[in-house]
Amino acid sequence: MRSLWIVIAAGLVLSLALLYRHQQPGSAKPAFGTLPVAPDFSLVTIDGQNLNLTGYRGKVVLLNFWATWCAPCREEIPRFVQLQDKYRKDGLQIIGISMDDGPGPVRQFYDDFHMNYPVALGGAKMGELYGGVFGLPIAFLIGRDGRIYARYFGVTDPSLLETAIRKLLSSPSN
Amino acid sequence: MKKAVIVHLAAISALLLLTSLGILGESGAKLLPASLVFTDQADPIPRVDLIQVGELAKLLTASTAERPLLIQVGSRVLYEEAHIPGSEYIGPADSAAGLARLRQRLQSVTRKKFIVLYCGCCPWSRCPNIKPAWDMARSMGFSKIKALYIADNFGADWLEKGYPVAKGD
Repeated sequence: MRSLWIVIAAGLVLSLALLYRHQQPGSAKPAFGTLPVAPDFSLVTIDGQNLNLTGYRGKVVLLNFWATWCAPCREEIPRFVQLQDKYRKDGLQIIGISMDDGPGPVRQFYDDFHMNYPVALGGAKMGELYGGVFGLPIAFLIGRDGRIYARYFGVTDPSLLETAIRKLLSSPSN
Repeated sequence: MKKAVIVHLAAISALLLLTSLGILGESGAKLLPASLVFTDQADPIPRVDLIQVGELAKLLTASTAERPLLIQVGSRVLYEEAHIPGSEYIGPADSAAGLARLRQRLQSVTRKKFIVLYCGCCPWSRCPNIKPAWDMARSMGFSKIKALYIADNFGADWLEKGYPVAKGD
């Protein structure tokens, strides 16, 4: 009888733990199991600069897919601007990939939100390169070694994201 | 008495476990992260005018059911990546241009036509497109118009559930 109570208690604890985890915003999912190398891309930023992911090898990159019309994106981008300022010297590079249909509103948004990191228009092919971007926002946290350490669907939890960034930044090679 | 308590606790445990694993509560009962439960839509689309993804998928494969006119009111990029086969791209209905395209498309459609609007760009309550599109269609006198309830986004709620998709234009 006692063992039955233990089993039930364990079940309750496990269930509540899973439920809690399920409710975390922008929860990071294990990146495909074996940490794949982030696909390289070559785009042009809205400022007309070339943007290649390999150019940032050695840095920790937060690759954020977003759009100007996406309300959750607008909510988290000011936090990304702060993170970029705070950790730039430690090797953090945020890259914004806009999934807008055209550059006009992106340029306006870039100025309005004082974005301090490169932003380029993505498009369907860029989305497919990263496994499909079928909803926004989505972010990928890429280590100094160019591997994907986390994917975030939906708004990122500020505290969890910063912890993950700090962890990657503190490791010279990851 | 003790046996009854144990049975109840076991049942609660099982229910919690199934819910946390996402096995229960697919449609309206789907858990949203706390930060995504917003109430941006001050005047939301009535529940009776929503259609669930499973319901639509079933309807699209049924040979006897009336096939709705499917209209996507999100961005072109997302449409090109994946959309419901047979659905038409109209464009984001949060803009005047998008609403004008929707109005133009619906002008020639009989008001009794069954229409389903969908977007799926963002979590339901944050979608800037679906409500303006639905309002526009209603104002034009369509009575059989539904909005596809996409809880999180098109990828999570349609594509990853294995429902059919098409790519490109």
